[in-house]
Parts: sequence; structure tokens; C-alpha cells
Amino acid sequence: MGLKGVMTQSSSISHFSLANGLDVVVIPDRRAPVVTHMVYYRNGAADDPVGKSGIAHFLEHLMFKGTEKNPKGVFSEIVADLGGQENAFTSYDYTAYYQRVAKENLSQVMALEADRMTGLVLEGPEVLSERDVVIEERKMRTDSDPAAQLQESLAATLYVHHPYGTPVIGWGHEIEALSREDALDYYRRFYRPDNAILIVAGDVTEEDVRALAEDNYGKVERPDNQTPARARVKEPVIKARRLVTLGDEKVEQPMSQRAYLVPSHATAQGNEAFALELLSQILGGSQTSRLYKSLVLDVGLAVSAGAWYWNDALDIGQFGVYAVPAEGVALEALDAAVDGVLARFRDEPVDARELERAKTRLIADMVYAQDSQTHLARIYGATLTTGGKVEDVARWPDEIRKVDAAAVQVAAKKYLKPGTAVIGHLVKAA
Amino acid sequence: MIAARTLEQGSPRASSRAVELTTPSGIRIWHVEDYTVPLLSLEFAFMGGAAQDPVEACGLTNLLAILLDEGAGPLASSDFHEALEERAIELQFDAGRDRLEGSLRTLSENADRAFELLALTLHQPRFDQDAIDRVKAQVSAALKREESDPSARARETLYRKAFPSHPYGNPVEGRLGQFDTLTREALKGLHKRLMARSNLFLASVGAIAPQALITLIERTFADLPEKASLIEVPRIEMAAAGEREVIDLDIPQSTLLLALPGIYRADPDYMPAMVLNHILGGGSFTSRLWTEVREKRGLAYSVWSTLAPRQHAALFLAGTATSNERVGESLSVILSEIEKIVSGGASAEELEKARRYLVGSYALRFDTSRKIAGQLLEIQIENLGIDYIDRRNNEVAAVTLADMNRVGERLFRQGKPLVVVAGRPENL
Repeated sequence: MGLKGVMTQSSSISHFSLANGLDVVVIPDRRAPVVTHMVYYRNGAADDPVGKSGIAHFLEHLMFKGTEKNPKGVFSEIVADLGGQENAFTSYDYTAYYQRVAKENLSQVMALEADRMTGLVLEGPEVLSERDVVIEERKMRTDSDPAAQLQESLAATLYVHHPYGTPVIGWGHEIEALSREDALDYYRRFYRPDNAILIVAGDVTEEDVRALAEDNYGKVERPDNQTPARARVKEPVIKARRLVTLGDEKVEQPMSQRAYLVPSHATAQGNEAFALELLSQILGGSQTSRLYKSLVLDVGLAVSAGAWYWNDALDIGQFGVYAVPAEGVALEALDAAVDGVLARFRDEPVDARELERAKTRLIADMVYAQDSQTHLARIYGATLTTGGKVEDVARWPDEIRKVDAAAVQVAAKKYLKPGTAVIGHLVKAA
Repeated sequence: MIAARTLEQGSPRASSRAVELTTPSGIRIWHVEDYTVPLLSLEFAFMGGAAQDPVEACGLTNLLAILLDEGAGPLASSDFHEALEERAIELQFDAGRDRLEGSLRTLSENADRAFELLALTLHQPRFDQDAIDRVKAQVSAALKREESDPSARARETLYRKAFPSHPYGNPVEGRLGQFDTLTREALKGLHKRLMARSNLFLASVGAIAPQALITLIERTFADLPEKASLIEVPRIEMAAAGEREVIDLDIPQSTLLLALPGIYRADPDYMPAMVLNHILGGGSFTSRLWTEVREKRGLAYSVWSTLAPRQHAALFLAGTATSNERVGESLSVILSEIEKIVSGGASAEELEKARRYLVGSYALRFDTSRKIAGQLLEIQIENLGIDYIDRRNNEVAAVTLADMNRVGERLFRQGKPLVVVAGRPENL
């Protein structure tokens, strides 16, 4: 298929560590004189202390509030003065900050980011007003959207013990009680060079980055105590069948979704995670997928249908299916049809052509990813904060290529067992 | 001094290599030849768009855009999608108000096949009845979901009130329960009218030599009809100035949109208006609205303002989403910031900072093939010239305080905003 030399640039990607434990990845891309500068911390919402849900995300907001050296607002003013764009995001397993600037300004954004790695100052009313901002963010994303509320309940039911069942943004009542001290405690625990990864993608060389990183981040002291470990609880086996239904009178378009606990790349044995990636693609990754062909094209029970696989979790991952019913179709009938599609995966191997098509699609995504320095930086950031190594990214296409039909069938048999999913229904309240 | 220094920094390298190519039949395309990654990105547009929907067939252009890749030539819908996937070719059409856009992305080794499939969609879309029915059901489902989405509801209402009895007042996706007029015949008619060479713009970036690209473009587009036959769409001024409309939704937070008459892209005052908007509520964490609404008062997660110039109308828009009980306060803060920027003007320091940001960040729009092709397409459509990329930062740097004061007067002095709120606002 000519997709052989996929990671053409992978040989030029370099990684090294500073004496204080900071990991560094450099991804050269010479096409535009710009760089993407990112710092990933190996902690996220799943590391929120019990009763303090949302603290990782709240702290991410507070990281823009200033340090002794660069007080209130100065950080963003400098970045804007440089013509830079910036933002940050929090997931279950990592928190990341980034700036995109002209390459000449790399040193300046490094200085800013290195400064706030340990220099955050939280004083005054901005902590509480920022908490209001987060409460508004939750209202916008979740409290005003029945589908998002169903999603939240589905995850909370699927993970009965593990923190992946708690929303990243936090539960409303706990966000309202988060304090400055909560944020600082969490900050002191996790924000340190040996818990961070610096990723620079763009018009730079390894030597440039090494020198600038030493100058800026090299000065950040590594605390004496041990690098924080992430000790997460394991999920118990749940035998009960679970259906969650969210009824809201505003719902005009019902839908059904379901989620299974499955291994992630970090927790998988052998090539299971790669098999699950292909299973997800063949089952519901496109308009030629089994779900779409069967439910939408053949029997017309659904107007759309698809699947997803959360593969880059540090702990146990998630495999999901969704379907939007055609006019007048009951969700129970839709679920039965989904069961039928899944049963075929367990009963017989996928055919060679659809397996090949899925591989081509997934591997090509990696080529397309090389067109975007930001996208590549994010792939490395997510991989390295969830148990992966730099080499895993380069090796990924080969691993995908090696998966055979039997492995896909084994994954389906083992993980998409009848009765083990949590099913979620979105319906109009009577 | 500083502006001059950042100017140099901001010059986007790849873009200065854009060349205009012309095929034997006279089709022009702007192309950047680049072999860093073995792929090719093509962006193109047929001017027209949902504004061309017949009065009785709202949503037709959107339906056309979705159906173009739902079967073409000998390939029915799922065969066509399999053909794309076998080579990981990405092909998408999208209907906007003013244009029908297409986007093609392929590994360069598959370029021949990609253009072959693209040509099928352009010349021989099948419009099979089962595909039409299916896509209508999908659009209906999406519209039903939007019934409870405050931002979709607010946007739809704002355009309806701002542009009564004009195509811009109609939703691009059509109206629930009114899809009977969207027939196969209507689709075929629109396809013939809209997709021609006279209203076509093209831009590409990637690993292909000019001569090979010219051959592919000629083969794909040359046989389109010479001239599009577009309905004349009149220019329209914003209506409903000073009105406030509430869409009742039982949710804890309201989405608020505010509109004023805006400024066209071709207007000589567009650049000062863009800089002024940046200071007021444009895209960085330092704007006045961001500072006052979010940073100081914690009223909202997001607050913004933007210039929204279209072919036949121009708006200034601002918006936020805030708890129902804080809608009154949020609106008055936004209105007072607009008032302040007219009465007090922007400061020299703010202008300097805005220039630095806008000049310095320009290069960030050119860091992927698709983004570069998109920028080149935009510049062609707005008729700014292939040298615009090199001129643009100088134009930003030339904006003065006097320019901004003048444009502030124009935009905000007389204007009474149209305000639309979706939610259960209090104190409004």
C-alpha cells in the first residue's frame, strides 16, 4: 500500500532528560518559522484527592494567575505581545500547557513556563472569581446539555470505584467548595520538573532546545522527596446488568450508547490494544463500518451509529458504541440490533478486505498527523504521560499492520461480552 | 521599532512560495509545492452556498453538499466510501451561507485516484433516492438535537431576526418538518446551477510538481459548465436593532448573543476594525471583554466579539454564556465596554500590543498544509492578491489610533444592538 515509510520523520525526533528529571522531546518541523512549546505534567483529574474532584482542572485555570516574578496577568500579556497563542487542558491522566510562537520567542515562553512550574502565587479575590468561571464552564458543558449528563452518568456507572468515573471538571458541589489551599496542596505535590515532560515541535534542532531547556528549566529545583507516584485503585468485577436512563423534557432526539471496560495500551497484554483499535475502526469508525452498514443502511433502524475506543488511558480503558434511532424506533430494538452486530464479531473473523481497509485508514492518520506539529506534539504528550515511550509512537504503524483477523475476534470475544456493558439511554421525559 | 522587528518574525515562510498556475482551459489554482510530508491538500469553493437555496427549499445546498459523496458514477454510496477508504482519501463538502466548499486530502502517491473520485462527485453525483432519504433523516436528527442546544437556538434566532425575508435569515440546514420540497429534481437543478467554472476557486499545498497538478486539475474541473447561474442575492442591512428576544429553555445558564451592523471585508476601514475588535473582544486572553467579564467578575467561561463579514451583509457579533441570574450583569458589562471603547477610544499602548499580537501570530495560520491552502483560498475569494501574505502585516502595522477612533464611531456610536438570549435569564 505504499505506507511503509510512515514515520519518515521519526528518526529526527529526539528525547533526553535534564539533571533535575525533566524529560524533553524535540520534534523538528521546518516548514514554518514557528514552534509549539508544551509542558505536560504526569497528573490529571484521576489524581484528584477524594472529595476534591475538579482540583486538577481548577488548578490548571489558576496557573494563569501569576508568580512573584510575573504577577497577575503578565504571563498572558507577554505571550500576546510575542504574537503567541496559548492555552491549557486537563485530562484524567495529564495536565498540559502550551504556547505557539515564532521560533525566536521560544526562550521567552520557556522562561515563563519554567517560572510557573514552582513559582505560582495565589492571593486575593481571583481564586474565588476563577472558581465561578469553572462553575460557569461546568454549566456550559454539562448542566445545560442532557446528552453530556448522560455521558457523565454512564462513566460514573461503568467505573464504580476508579476515579475515571468522576468527571474531569469535577462534581458541582465539590467544585463549589474547592479552596486556595486545596489548589496549592495539589500544586506542590505534582508540579515539579521530575513529574513533567517538555515537548517542543517546530522549526528547531535538538541542540537549540537542549541549550534553551538547560538555561530555563534546568534551574528549576527538583524537590528532595520522591517523585509522586500514581497509585490508582482497580475496578472490581461487577456482575449486575446496568442501564442508566436520562429523561429530560427538552430531549427531541433520543439516543442509545454503551460502554465496556477494556484494556488501554498501558494495561493491555500482547497486542490486545492494537486489536481493539482495529475492532473499533471496523465496528464503527466510518460510513463503511459494520454498525453503519447494518443499522443505518441495511435495516434502517438508526440514522447514525459508531464506536470509540479510549486507548490512551493510564489505567483501564473504555470501548463504546452509540446509535441514534430512526424516527419511531424504540431504543430497545436498537440495542438488540447492536447486540447482533457485536455477536458476529465474536462468532466469525472479520474479512480480509475490511481489515486491510481499517489498517490503511489508521496508518494514514499517522501520516496526516505529521502535517501538524501541534497534533504530533499532542500524540507524544499523551503517550508519555500514559505509560508509553517515544519509540512506541514510531512502532505503532507496524503493530497495527501485524494484527490479524483472529486477534480481532479474540478481542471481541474477551471484552465485548453480552451483559457486561453499561447501557445509557437518552429519552424525552414524559 | 518593535513592529518592524516582529514583522520579520511573523512572515510565514511557506506562503511566500505560493504560485498561481493556470490549466489549458483557463482554470487557476494557487499552489505551494512542499515535499516535507508525502501528502496533498486541496481546498476549493463554489461561490453561492445556502444563500442560493430556492425560497421554498431551505436547506437544499446543505443537502447537496452532504450528498455529493453519497454515491457517484458507477459507485453507490457505500462503494464510494469504500473506494475512498481503501486509499485513506479524505473528501468532504460543506455548505456555508456564501459558498459550497470542498476539501480533499490524500497521500500524494494516491493523488490520481483521489482526483478521479473527486471528479465523479463533481460530474456524476447519483442522488439515489435512498441516500437522499437517509441524509434527510440525519439532518433532521441533528436539528432535533439542536432544539435543546442554547447556542444553536440563539444563533438561528439572531439570523432570523437580523435578516427577515432574506436568505441569510434562513437556517443553512433547513427547517424540521419542511424537507418535502428538497427533491431529487431540485438537487439536480441546484448542482447544475451552482457547480461551474466561473464561480470556482482553488488552492493546494503538498508533494506534487506544478505540471502534474495542472494535469489533474484540468482533468477534474475542465468539463464543468462554463458559467454558474446564480440567483441575485441583494445586500441587506441588519434589522431588529434595539430588540431583545428571549428563547425559553429550562437550563441553568443562558447563552447571550449581541449583533450590530458590521463592516465588509472590502471596506477600507476593515483593518482598523479588526484591530479594534481585537482590543475589545478578539482572540487572546487580554481583551477588554475577557478582562472585565471573566477575569474580574468570573461571570463566564467564554466571552468574545468578532467581525462577521459576508458577501451580502456584515455584522459585528459578541457573545457569552452565563448563569441565568447573572445575565443582566453580563449584558451590562458588555454594553458598557462597547460604550467605553467609543467614548474613550483605545490607548496607544493597547494599539501597540494589538499590533504586536496580530503581526506576530499571523505565521501561526500557516503551519499545516490544510491551513495554508485554506488561507490561500480565502485570500483569492476576497480578491486580496497573491502578495497579500507579504503585505498583510504592514497593513496591520499601519493602523493608527485615529483610524480606530473613526471606525469605532462608525460601528458603535449610533448602533442599537439586537440581543438574543437562550435560557431562563433573570434581570434582563
